[in-house]
Amino acid sequence: MVCQDSGAPAVLYVDLHLLHEVTSPQAFTELRSRGLTVRRPDRSFATIDHSLPTLSNGTPESRLQFADELSLRQIRKMEENCREYGISLVGIDSPEQGIIHVIGPELGLTQPGSTIVCGDSHTATHGAFGALAFGIGTSEVGHVLATQCLLQMEPKTFQIRVDGRLEKGVSAKDLILALINQIGVGGGTGFVLEYTGEAVGSMSMDERMTVCNMSIEAGARAGMIAPDETTFDYLAGRKFAPSGADWEKSLARWRGLPADENAVYDRSITLNAALLEPMITFGTNPGMAVSVTGQVPDPANVDGLEERAALERSLAYMGLTPGAVMAGHPVDVVFIGSCTNGRLSDLRQASSLIKGRRIPAGVRVLVVPGSGQVKRQAEAEGLHRIFVEAGAEWREPGCSMCIAMNGDQIEPGQFAVSTTNRNFEGRQGKGGRTFLASPLTAAAAAVTGRVTDPREFM
Amino acid sequence: MERFPEKFASNVAVLPAGNIDTDQIIPARFLKATDKVGLGGNLFADWRYLEDGSPDPKFVLNRPEYRTAQILLAGDNFGSGSSREHAPWALVGFGFKAVISTSFADIFRGNALKNRLLPVVVTRGFHAFLNEQYLNSPRKQLEIDLTRQKVVASGGRSEEFHIDPFSKTCLLTGVDELGYLLNLQDRIALFERAN
Repeated sequence: MVCQDSGAPAVLYVDLHLLHEVTSPQAFTELRSRGLTVRRPDRSFATIDHSLPTLSNGTPESRLQFADELSLRQIRKMEENCREYGISLVGIDSPEQGIIHVIGPELGLTQPGSTIVCGDSHTATHGAFGALAFGIGTSEVGHVLATQCLLQMEPKTFQIRVDGRLEKGVSAKDLILALINQIGVGGGTGFVLEYTGEAVGSMSMDERMTVCNMSIEAGARAGMIAPDETTFDYLAGRKFAPSGADWEKSLARWRGLPADENAVYDRSITLNAALLEPMITFGTNPGMAVSVTGQVPDPANVDGLEERAALERSLAYMGLTPGAVMAGHPVDVVFIGSCTNGRLSDLRQASSLIKGRRIPAGVRVLVVPGSGQVKRQAEAEGLHRIFVEAGAEWREPGCSMCIAMNGDQIEPGQFAVSTTNRNFEGRQGKGGRTFLASPLTAAAAAVTGRVTDPREFM
Repeated sequence: MERFPEKFASNVAVLPAGNIDTDQIIPARFLKATDKVGLGGNLFADWRYLEDGSPDPKFVLNRPEYRTAQILLAGDNFGSGSSREHAPWALVGFGFKAVISTSFADIFRGNALKNRLLPVVVTRGFHAFLNEQYLNSPRKQLEIDLTRQKVVASGGRSEEFHIDPFSKTCLLTGVDELGYLLNLQDRIALFERAN
């Protein structure tokens, strides 16, 4: 914190500012119109992920042949802005290009104890490293570009303690969907969530990122996990992670970051990981979820007029009948990817279930690695062959069908099982209907063409 | 930045749904714009237009009486989801000056204030009263008094609302946050040298 004047919010210094093409152009325009410059290009880092097609004709540049005119203009604008202001851009021709929240950690840019912002609500992902990371609007992107600072009110703290261990077939995605279902899509508003407990401590960094990523779906701007040996092992040797004597110094500092054991939170809840099951959403916000073996809730059983009306509206949009069993519901599209579940371990899980099986005719399965690095690692392990031989499409990295800005989308009325983070109306394409689930549950749907409990394959 | 009016009155467009996310306020396909203007036409696009692209006459914002509405009354947790500032740009582009709800998503709230769109949080009881009073009542006026932090319904019933003093001052004086931060450059430089 730089300072705080009485009656004003605190001035928070930003250690790392991540940028992408969708939420930054108007901020650069603002800089130009005020005659300002970028204060710390060395603390800014950009990529192109939302608008970029995942199709290619072999060369990186050829991906642009599949872009519409507006996307192309947005991409070119990002390149121009980064060039003009001296900001590092992992652009379309970089082997490191990918979703901003996948490449930040992967390149070692995301570090414990740092403040990280991006004009993107899923910036919460980086909290998995014990960083304070949150999404901002485009005006604030301009503030950070010009001053490297943000005005911030102090958030409240909310401890999510997860005891026990997840059972086989139940993943980090199921945990976060169960949590949002429990506290609601506004349950985290005004809070920073801190995930603690045995289940969290035993998670890999990929899993922790999945959990923190969806903190925003409970309304919390940030979610975080105290850094530990798992965090340090992940970071060691990454491109932008400290090295040599700096590494030792950083480690000493990072080890002092976790809250003490008697830390007091404004609110706390405890979940038992062992009781969780694979989850699937049925509605039009991420809190509307049930166990994959569960049923669509009946609005008649819901108290509260507004809540009942919301559920009725959701079910009408989704075309689902109250009381219907979710398992067995036909699926047209399966999407595996995104900043929530587009990392190597996600692709490994999905491919382990798909291996040796065929995707039924009429079901479209799209697998989009979160970054160029994830793609190359997956290919080195032969995962792409498993997907392609089963009948899936293996694409270039990007946000793709999670936000449906780049041409990858579901058609009106279609049902998709998706490893993404939002099932809002039209999110994956106008009129499309999304069931959010884990990579395992998505893979099970891919090989059966129906909503399926992945544990049936284990 | 232009100043926010000390008080103003308008009729009220009512969207009773709760958890209206920013993907509904403005769908992602409209985020390819590289400027802020002209987004008002895409506000609530998927609720507002029929398959053939023509306005759905049943949707509240398409009714001629609401074309000049400056106040939107919406359900709980308004503006959840994506951080897109295109949401307040679209609301302001349509002509809204204030949104009233029982709660707002954090990022949306911050984005709204930076665009002179006032997020007004009222109690559940007062919200229900406003819903009843203003649903399908296009001629009834509602007053929002920022100076006194009060919402005054036609007929006189009113409720005070909270706004942090800094945001209130910014709105009423037309000072923007960037200007405030730029004045702190020396202290920021000191901080950078010390860390």
